[in-house]
Amino acid sequence: MAATMEPVDPLAVAAQLFRDQPPGFPFEGYDLEELILPDGDDMGIRSDEGGSEEEEVEAVSGFGSVIVVDNLPKVPDEKHDKLLSVLKKIYGQIGNIRDGGVVMPKDAAGVTQGYAFIEFSHPMEAQAARAQTNGYQLDKAHRFVVTLFDDFERYGRVPDEYAPPEAKSVVQQENLHSWLTDKLGRDQFVVRFGDDAVVCWNDGRRGRADEVYKRTFWTESFVQWSPLGNMLATMHRQGIAVWGGTPGGEFVRLNRFQHGGAQLIDFSPGERYVMSYSSVEPTNPRESMGIVLNVFDTRSGKLLRRFEGPMEEYAVGSAAGPQGSLRWPFFKWAGGLDDQYFARLGRGKLCVHQSSDMYMIGKKSIELVGIQDFEWSPAEPLLAVYTAESGQTPARVTLMKLPEKAELRQKNMYSVSDVKIYWHPQGDYLAVKVDRFTKTKKSTTTGFELFSIRERDIPMEVLELPSKIERTLAFAWEPKGHRFAVVHGDTSRPNVSFYSMKDAKGKLGVHLVGTLTNKSVNGLHWSPAGRNIVLSGLKALNGQLEFFNVDEFETMATAEHFMATDVEWDPTGRYVATSVNATHQMENGFNIWTFNGRLLYHTPRDRFYQFCWRPRMPSLLPADKEAEIQKNLKSYSKRYDEEDEALLMQADADVLQERARMAEEWRAWSEARAAYVEAQAAFRREVFGAAAEEPEFTVKTVSVEQVLDVREEPYSGN
Amino acid sequence: MRPYLLKGHERPLTQVKYNREGDLLISCAKNLYPCLWLAEDGRRLGTYEGHNGAVWTCEISLDSQRLITASADQTVRIWELPTGKELHQIKMNEPCRASALSVGEKLLAFTTDSFMGVPPQIHIVDVDLQAAPGSGPIAGDKPRLTFDAPKGRITRVGWIEQNRVLITSHDGGFVRRWDAETGEMLQEAQVHEDAIQDMQFSADGSYVVTASLDKAAKLVDVTTLEVLKTYKTGRFVQSAAVSPILDHILLGGGQDASQVTTTSAKAGGFEARFFHKIYTEEFGNVRGHFGPINSVAFSPDGRSFVTGGEDGYVRVHHFDNDFFSTKWL
Repeated sequence: MAATMEPVDPLAVAAQLFRDQPPGFPFEGYDLEELILPDGDDMGIRSDEGGSEEEEVEAVSGFGSVIVVDNLPKVPDEKHDKLLSVLKKIYGQIGNIRDGGVVMPKDAAGVTQGYAFIEFSHPMEAQAARAQTNGYQLDKAHRFVVTLFDDFERYGRVPDEYAPPEAKSVVQQENLHSWLTDKLGRDQFVVRFGDDAVVCWNDGRRGRADEVYKRTFWTESFVQWSPLGNMLATMHRQGIAVWGGTPGGEFVRLNRFQHGGAQLIDFSPGERYVMSYSSVEPTNPRESMGIVLNVFDTRSGKLLRRFEGPMEEYAVGSAAGPQGSLRWPFFKWAGGLDDQYFARLGRGKLCVHQSSDMYMIGKKSIELVGIQDFEWSPAEPLLAVYTAESGQTPARVTLMKLPEKAELRQKNMYSVSDVKIYWHPQGDYLAVKVDRFTKTKKSTTTGFELFSIRERDIPMEVLELPSKIERTLAFAWEPKGHRFAVVHGDTSRPNVSFYSMKDAKGKLGVHLVGTLTNKSVNGLHWSPAGRNIVLSGLKALNGQLEFFNVDEFETMATAEHFMATDVEWDPTGRYVATSVNATHQMENGFNIWTFNGRLLYHTPRDRFYQFCWRPRMPSLLPADKEAEIQKNLKSYSKRYDEEDEALLMQADADVLQERARMAEEWRAWSEARAAYVEAQAAFRREVFGAAAEEPEFTVKTVSVEQVLDVREEPYSGN
Repeated sequence: MRPYLLKGHERPLTQVKYNREGDLLISCAKNLYPCLWLAEDGRRLGTYEGHNGAVWTCEISLDSQRLITASADQTVRIWELPTGKELHQIKMNEPCRASALSVGEKLLAFTTDSFMGVPPQIHIVDVDLQAAPGSGPIAGDKPRLTFDAPKGRITRVGWIEQNRVLITSHDGGFVRRWDAETGEMLQEAQVHEDAIQDMQFSADGSYVVTASLDKAAKLVDVTTLEVLKTYKTGRFVQSAAVSPILDHILLGGGQDASQVTTTSAKAGGFEARFFHKIYTEEFGNVRGHFGPINSVAFSPDGRSFVTGGEDGYVRVHHFDNDFFSTKWL
C-alpha cells in the first residue's frame, strides 16, 4: 500500500473530484499552512500505513531515552562498580533505568573515559534527567554536563563557519490603533458564543451593537484581549495566534506562538511578552502532573524561555489550588508598562526573573522562609510579600522594591490564619486583609492593614470592621480614587461599607463614608473611572444589580439581569455589560446598561461563553488637561448632546425603515402565496360544501332540565 | 385578563385544542383521560375514558361531533365528542403520536413511534365520521397506506395541497413533505438544530410555525419549506401558535422539566411569550405556569388563548379589549 503511494498534489486531486467547480474549489479561502499539523500531532488518528514504518520510528526514537553524562571522574577498574552504583542511585530516582542501561566506556588501560551513557525506559524520563541533573555537583571537581543523545546529531549539524542571517525587509504593519479614532468614541467588545467569535462596536447611544468582524471557529476555546487592547489572542491545538484589527475592521493574524495543547495565556502588562501554559499528563500514574510554560516575544514570536517541571514545584502557597492543582497565573508580571520582571512562588523562596535575559535577578532566587503569597504593585516593580507564621517567627507582610530587593516596609503579625493582598489599581495604596485567630483559636476575626504607598515612609493604618465576628465577602479599591468598598456580614443579607483613605481636605486618615445594610450583594464592580459602583448579586442571588453613586451616596438605579453570571465595565466607565454564560442552560446572552443603570439593549445568544470589552491604552492626556476638561464639561457636552440627538433620530428612522422593509417583504410573500391560499379555500368549499362556510354565530342559551331521581321521604321535622 | 385555571389532569399536558367554533376545548395529558371543557369559563363537560397510556394528540372533526385521540397505548380512538362514547379503535403495535384529518374528513393520517425494531411510520386510514354509531365501519381495519420515515420521532403531521401532500415535523429538526398517494418523500429540510416539538398551521394554511428545543420557533412555507421568520427565545420552545387575526405569534416552553427543581421557579422561563410575527420582536409575556408550557393554542376567533403545562394545569386567557387597541410595536 505504502509502496504505491506517490506524492500527491491536493489541488490536482481536488480538480479531479470536483470537475464542475471552479479551480481551487473547495480549497479556496483556506490557509493551507494552517491545516498542517505540527510535528508529532496526528489528531488522535493512527495511520493505517502498515507496521513497517512504525517500527522504523520506534528504532530511531530508541535513542530518545538515552542521555550522555559528561564530566564524570575517571576511575580505574576497581572503582568502576562504585561509580556505577552512585550513578544508578542518582538516576534511579528520576526514572526507570533499563537493565544494563548504564555504560561507561573504558580506555585500553581499563580507566573510564569520564562519561557514561544511561538509557531510561521512556524519553520523558531522559528529559527529566537532563533537566534535573545538568550542572549537578558530584564533588568539587566534577560537575555533570548532561545531554540527550539525540541532541548530538543536532549539534553536529551546526555549520562551523558563521554565516550572517539575511536582513529581512521591513514589512509595514497595519495600524492597530485605528479603532481608537472612532468618530463616535465607541468602545469595542468581543463575544464568544456557539462556534463564533464576534467583535462589535457598542453603540450605546443608539442602543445596539454593530458587528465589526465575525469568524466561525476563530478559536478552539476562548479569546483574550491583550492588556492594552492592541491584540486579540485565540487558542488552538497547535498554539496561540494573535490578531490585530485593521482600519477596515478586519482582523489579521499578526503572529503565532507554537505550543501544543496550550491551555492558558497571559500577556505582560505592556504586551511585550506572552506566556502560554499547558499541563502535561504523567506517563505513569505514580508520577504527578507536569507543566510547560513558554515565554514568547510578542512581536517576533520567538520562544525566549521554557519552564518545565512537575506541577507540585509550582503549586506553592497561593498558587496552589485544590488537590495539588495550579492557580493561573502563577507567574505574575510586575506592574507598569516596562515589563521588566516576572516572578513566581517557590518553596520558601521567590523567583524573580528579569525579562531582558529571562533569568532570575542575579541568577538567584530570593530566600523567604514560609512565603505564601505575593502581589506586584500594578504601577511599578514593587512587591508585597506575605510570609506565614511559624513557631516564634511572626507572620509578616513585606514591601520589597525590585531590582534592589530593598525592603521598604514590613509589618509583623501574630496568630494569623490567612492574609489576602489587595493593591489599589494605580498602586497608590495597599490593603492587606488579615484573618486572626481569636484567643480560643476557634474562630477568626478580620482586620485590614492599609498602607499608603505614595506617602513618606509608607504609613500604615489598621481598620477593624464594626462587628468583630463578621466575615468579609468582597473587597474592592476605587480606581483613580481614595476609597474602597467592603461587603461584610451575613452571607445572605450582608452590608456594604465604603471607606475613604483621605478626608475632605485631603488629609490622610481612613474613615467610614457610609454603610448600606441588608443588601443582596456578593460582588463589587467599580467603574474604571471611579465614583460609580455596581453592587451585584450574581449566581445564587439571581442577578440583582444596584448602580450606586458613591460621591452622592445614592442609588441611581436597581435592576435585575436574571441569572447573570458576569458584570464588566467598559474601559471608559460609561457602560456596563452583564451576561449569562453557558453554565446556565437558558437565558444565555448579554445586556448593556448605562453607568446609571438604564438598560440599553439585550442580546440573546445561545451557548454564550464570553464577553470581553476591548481594553484601551492609558490616556495620553496629562492629568491637568483631563481635570480642565472635567471642569468645563458643560460646554463640551452641549456639542455632543446635539450629535447624540441626531444619532438617535437616525436610529429611530433606521428601525422604522427596517420594519417597513420587513412588512413589505411579508406583504410581497403573502401576495405571491395568495393563489395557493385561494386554491386551498376553494378545495375546502368543494369538499365540505355548505359546512365549510364560516357560520354566523349567535349565542343561544338553552336550558335543559333533566330529572335524575325522584324519591319520596316522610317529613321528619318538628 | 384573569385566566381560568383548569385542573383536570394530574399529569403533564400534551396538547390543548379548540374546536372549530372555539366554544369547546379539548385537553390531552399523560394521564389517561382527555377532558372536554367549555372554552368560555372553563367548566368541565366531561372526560373520555378508555385509553391505557399517555394521550399525545387529538383531532376534532369540523362539526365537533367526533374526537380522535392518538395514544401511547398503541391505539387511535374515535369518540363521540358530545357523549364521550368510544366508537372505534385502531389498534397498532407501536405507540401512536400525531394525527390529522384530511380536508373532507375521509382520511386520517397518524404517526407511530419507532418501537421494537419497527421504524417510525406514517399511516393513512379511511374514515367515515358521519356514519351513525353502530351502522357501519367508522374506520378501515387496516391503514390503506403505511410508509416508513427516517429515524427520529415524528412529532406532528398535517394535510396540505388539496390532500395530496402530507407535511411532518421530526426529532432532528427536519420538516418533510410526502406524497399522500404513494408515501414517497418529496422534500426535506432541516429547519432546526434540535427536535421540533410542535407544528401548527396558520389560519390560511400557507405556512406553519415550528417550535423546537433549539430555543427558537420558525415560520416555514409549507410548499417550499423555506424559513420565513425566526423567533429566538433563549429557552426551549415546546409549542407555538399563530394568531388568526393579528400579526402575533404565541410561544410556550421553558427549562427542561427534569431540571426545574434545581433553580427557582422564576429561573425556568415558564411564561407564554408574544412575538410580533413580522418584526420578530417580543412584546409581552404572560406568567402563571410553574413548569414548562407543553402546548399553546389560539381560539379560532383570536380573542383568547390557552396554555397547557407540565404542571398539569390548563390556563384559559381571554384578552381584554385594550389588548386589541394597544399598539404593541
